[in-house]
Amino acid sequence: MPIDKFTTLESTYVPLPVENVDTDQIIPARFLKATSRDGFGENLFRDWRYAADGKENPDFVLNKSEYSGQILVGGKNFGSGSSREHAAWAIHDYGFKVVVSSFFADIFQNNALNNGVLPVIVSPEFLSNIFDAVEKNKEQKIVVDLEKQSISLNGKSESFVINPYKKNCLLNGFDDIDFLLARKEKIEAFENTVNK
Amino acid sequence: MEPKTLFDKVWDAHVVEKIEGGPSVFYIDKHLIHEVTSPQAFSGLEARGLKVFRPENTIATPDHNIPTENQHLTIKDELSRKQVETLTANCEKNNITLYGLNHPYNGIVHVVGPELGHTQPGMTLVCGDSHTSTHGAFGAVAFGIGTSEVEMVLATQCILQPKPKKMRITIDGELQKGVTAKDLTLYVIAQLGTGGATGYFVEYAGSAVRALSMEGRMTVCNMSIEMGARGGMIAPDQTTFDYVEGREFAPKGEAWNQALAKWKELKTDAGAKFDKEYVYQASDIEPMLTYGTNPGMGIGISGSIPAAKDVDPTELPSFKKSLDYMGFGLGDKLIGKKVDYVFVGSCTNGRIEDLRVLAGAVKGKKKADSVTAWIVPGSKQVEKQAIEEGLVEILEQAGFKMRQPGCSACLAMNDDKIPAGKYSVSTSNRNFEGRQGPGARTMLASPLTAAAAAITGVVSDPRELF
Repeated sequence: MPIDKFTTLESTYVPLPVENVDTDQIIPARFLKATSRDGFGENLFRDWRYAADGKENPDFVLNKSEYSGQILVGGKNFGSGSSREHAAWAIHDYGFKVVVSSFFADIFQNNALNNGVLPVIVSPEFLSNIFDAVEKNKEQKIVVDLEKQSISLNGKSESFVINPYKKNCLLNGFDDIDFLLARKEKIEAFENTVNK
Repeated sequence: MEPKTLFDKVWDAHVVEKIEGGPSVFYIDKHLIHEVTSPQAFSGLEARGLKVFRPENTIATPDHNIPTENQHLTIKDELSRKQVETLTANCEKNNITLYGLNHPYNGIVHVVGPELGHTQPGMTLVCGDSHTSTHGAFGAVAFGIGTSEVEMVLATQCILQPKPKKMRITIDGELQKGVTAKDLTLYVIAQLGTGGATGYFVEYAGSAVRALSMEGRMTVCNMSIEMGARGGMIAPDQTTFDYVEGREFAPKGEAWNQALAKWKELKTDAGAKFDKEYVYQASDIEPMLTYGTNPGMGIGISGSIPAAKDVDPTELPSFKKSLDYMGFGLGDKLIGKKVDYVFVGSCTNGRIEDLRVLAGAVKGKKKADSVTAWIVPGSKQVEKQAIEEGLVEILEQAGFKMRQPGCSACLAMNDDKIPAGKYSVSTSNRNFEGRQGPGARTMLASPLTAAAAAITGVVSDPRELF
């Protein structure tokens, strides 16, 4: 699936200052029964967002109208647990283009990148500034510039790390399969040397 | 030549191409697939007009989303049925070996691979499931991938992967009586925390690890992801070779001798460098239990949940949120806490040795009436063996009933859900909020500790009972 191109984004954001947000919270297993990639946003954070009877939980941030935007900001160790790509699909389908945290689980980070969702790793101090700023001003914006690898809040910037290959993919909307398919001959040659 | 780690040896032998400043084109020997994380990969492949590149290196088994009762009937849940049927259709279309429902080899993907001899030392193995790390017990580089990556492997037998950093965890000495591989892994995860090994590939070493059976080693490697590790592995030795030899898909005859010669080279060279090392003493480990909502929140069974003063102040809000969910208080003891459900099964502890431990412990005793116990074998083969060994009879006499194989209440995708607010002592791998059903409260433990809870109806120290 070709991914969305990403260059820069200026947006308000949704704060979720909880640590170790695992993929079972992002999308519970009972919603993994689909055979397509669509519609998972509906059940994003299902059990935090809705009570057992299906009513919205007014205390959960996605149900608070004062918070909005295309950036989700989570606590340390975001996306731990299951490898389900449905977690990245749900976040993407809901409308988020960037997830910010001070630490991401490996598989989630890969899955996000493979779906055009940019994981931005910031320092714990910067993360705590982001959480504080939005409590003072719900209209607070973050600017993410992929080319420059920078994230800015109120004029203060921090640079973030991204694999140069993945950066290029996101900037251009390339996906890994095209890259691999172009190397089929090399792969076959590798198989031949190993099987000798 | 520079000394290499076990991980380096296997990893480096599978790099097709190193991309400057980027990941490597990494070759996959064995690809395991199941019904939940593969359908979108197949449809992606179809949309590009591609065929599966190496169907002979791919094995499929439905496990996550299947019922564990009445498997001979049509699956009632329409969406589950559709997923299983989609897997069947995709395998037929692409000539992929499928161990479908009711097939004698059906079962949890990480139980099936090893028991049939598909999993072998020195291999690279992936699956759209984070517990793929299980197969590292054989000295394989095995890890979980997302569905986009499943599609890559189907299309090219490769994925793009940056090489992880290397960590060695050494456990010296001997485990005490009543302390099992599960306790060892829960102990390590409690030390490192749920993100403590993120970015690393772990090698487990030391005399306590060497002394483990293959099934115990699988339990340890299985849980590697629960501290964030990309995978975990153990150097193959005689225990490994004895386990693999003679299994249906293991090499035979001259091929076996050749394989064995190669496998014997698979160990970390003296002087090889790790990015991080941890050393623990087996004698410090007691039966472990988790009290919170991630697998790193574990304590020795005789201990207490940390008090407020013992928790990092920045982590206290998340810690308290966890305890609130569990209905536990700061500083609480776990011994004596009420248990409503006991689940023995999963890719962590659903193998024949686990059922032997359970049956051995409960033999001649009776399950507490207040406890609902679900015993779910990891595969049809495990089920068959448990019947043949008389384990099922012992379990039934003690008031347990064995269900049919599948992932079951480990992730509660099917009907095997722990009700909201109820306490479960579970031999599975995750105690996340709602993991075993919305509102379910999970305490992770070994099969022996689960047996103790099933007999007494409360959290009990298995060392005092069995």
